[in-house]
Amino acid sequence: MKVANASKTNQNALLRKNSRFSFLQRDWQLYLLVAIPLAFVIVFKYFPMAGLVIAFKDYKIARGFWGSEWVGFQIFQDIFSKPDFAKAIRNTLLLNVLDLIFSFTMPIILALMLNEVKSVKFKRVNQTLLYLPHFLSWVIIGAIAYQLLSEGNGVVNNLIEMMGGTRVPFLQEDTNWLVSYLAIGVWQSMGWGTIIYLAAISSINPEMYEAATVDGAGRWRKVWNITIPSIRATIVTLLIMSLGKVMEGSFERIWSLQNRATTEFTTTIPVLVYRWGIESGNFSRATAVGLFQSVIGIILVITADRIAKKLGEDGIL
Amino acid sequence: MSASTGNPAAPSKGRFDIWDILIKFIIIVASLVCLLPFLHVVSKSMSADSYVIANQVFLWPKGFTLEAYSKIFADASILRSLYISVIVTVMFTVLGMILTIFAAYPLSRAQFKGSRVITFIFLFTMYFSGGIIPDYMNINNLGLMDTIWSLVLPLSFSAFNLLILKTSLTSSIPVSLEESARIDGAGHFRILWSIVIPLSKPIIATLSLFYAVGRWNAYQDALFYIKHATDLRPLQLKLYYLVIQATESFQLEATTVTLSNPEVLKASVVVFATLPILCVYPFVQKYFVQGTMLGAVKE
Repeated sequence: MKVANASKTNQNALLRKNSRFSFLQRDWQLYLLVAIPLAFVIVFKYFPMAGLVIAFKDYKIARGFWGSEWVGFQIFQDIFSKPDFAKAIRNTLLLNVLDLIFSFTMPIILALMLNEVKSVKFKRVNQTLLYLPHFLSWVIIGAIAYQLLSEGNGVVNNLIEMMGGTRVPFLQEDTNWLVSYLAIGVWQSMGWGTIIYLAAISSINPEMYEAATVDGAGRWRKVWNITIPSIRATIVTLLIMSLGKVMEGSFERIWSLQNRATTEFTTTIPVLVYRWGIESGNFSRATAVGLFQSVIGIILVITADRIAKKLGEDGIL
Repeated sequence: MSASTGNPAAPSKGRFDIWDILIKFIIIVASLVCLLPFLHVVSKSMSADSYVIANQVFLWPKGFTLEAYSKIFADASILRSLYISVIVTVMFTVLGMILTIFAAYPLSRAQFKGSRVITFIFLFTMYFSGGIIPDYMNINNLGLMDTIWSLVLPLSFSAFNLLILKTSLTSSIPVSLEESARIDGAGHFRILWSIVIPLSKPIIATLSLFYAVGRWNAYQDALFYIKHATDLRPLQLKLYYLVIQATESFQLEATTVTLSNPEVLKASVVVFATLPILCVYPFVQKYFVQGTMLGAVKE
């Protein structure tokens, strides 16, 4: 500590010498370090944000970014009247809300069950297996899904047929596709999602359980009255974060699982942005859709955060 | 970390409980559901055509053959994609870590003025972004289209990883340690290089894994930015065209016996593309669990 004090007096002397910008002289190396990632973020994150203005311009590639005409909210009016847009909004909400219901609750249930298991070895082995799908890319998951679920030669259908049933077009018919999409999402994320809940559960004070046992509480009573309330804050935080993504959804996931036979539910906002923007070259329209999605997403996060705070939780913002 | 110790909720030892059995049963079923699909694809990839066509392969290869794999290794375009993926992943991870460390160290120092503003500039990107099209136009304007840099540069900074590293550095590198080094005449560069980085090896390794696996698995940006340069397709994108879109076939001349059923080939390509992840998985899994928990604390 003596050394530290000595250095402080040194610094104080320095500070007095050239009062206001001495920190620049002292820490110029730190500023140089941080300047490099800052430059990266500005070029690759903030430059594109400036590109958002083309949602308010009639962007023509020949005229360029500056030469294109301002049209105000014309583009937005234009997209709101497109039937594809209404469909994309519906699908995005449908897929993500259903995904939220199933993929969000599964890890909680699984974590509660894993916590009931005593054997450490049993837990470790099963967790290792449950985490595995999280490490596979969506392309690989999509490929595995077709190997498993396709109507002609998928192994699941082979089994169904062997047992005397009829083959089901899991991925080749709209409603079935939706169910498969959700099931694959649960499959991919359920094990991984348990990590945070298990961590939260492990920090619960054991005395609470002991006291409950003395009071004669059974297993389910303890889960209901101690474990679940104790991880409520974690659940709420993760829920807020997921709510912000309700307008988003993974492009990669849909793109890997879609096919020509199932267009009813696959037209979502990210897919629409890709089709309008990158495939058809209508940059203004696609940017406007993307902007609309981001703004709604932020509103959702803030709203959910406010509600959580009203309910007495910490929130994330 | 993967299994929490101390389990007060469980009943006392030796008592038979139907719920214990039921819970274990459900967990085992869930684990098998995670494992079996992959096992099936592996079996298919090693089976003879005729059995696959007859729908007889389930969890064990029938008519064992590695013919499909020899085809993959004879296909220059797949090996080329593997090579691109490896190069891109390594460059991306190194660059990502450099950027993250360069941002996290100054921001973790209490005396660093302006850290609030700079932190905000970094973290804002977590909640708001230009989106697909402005990103695309930016890459286009920078002339990075159809270059390897379009896969390395844009995503190489992660605000989430910055948060984790900053939290870790704030708690693990005390100011007194830094100050005593300064008394000895060390500048910040030297402190970073000889003190901070060696002391933070575990967290640096964890974040490197985050970067590497994330890059390895992504294909959206490659789908957008690598349009014409087929030589630069990373493995995941190659896999996408080959297996999911089925718009591409293997570049082989038909000198060897052709496989009449593309299913076996598809299965073996899937396994081939998964192998790198499966090889490192047992080693990286526990770091991921730790890193995810660290991230959760910060959130």
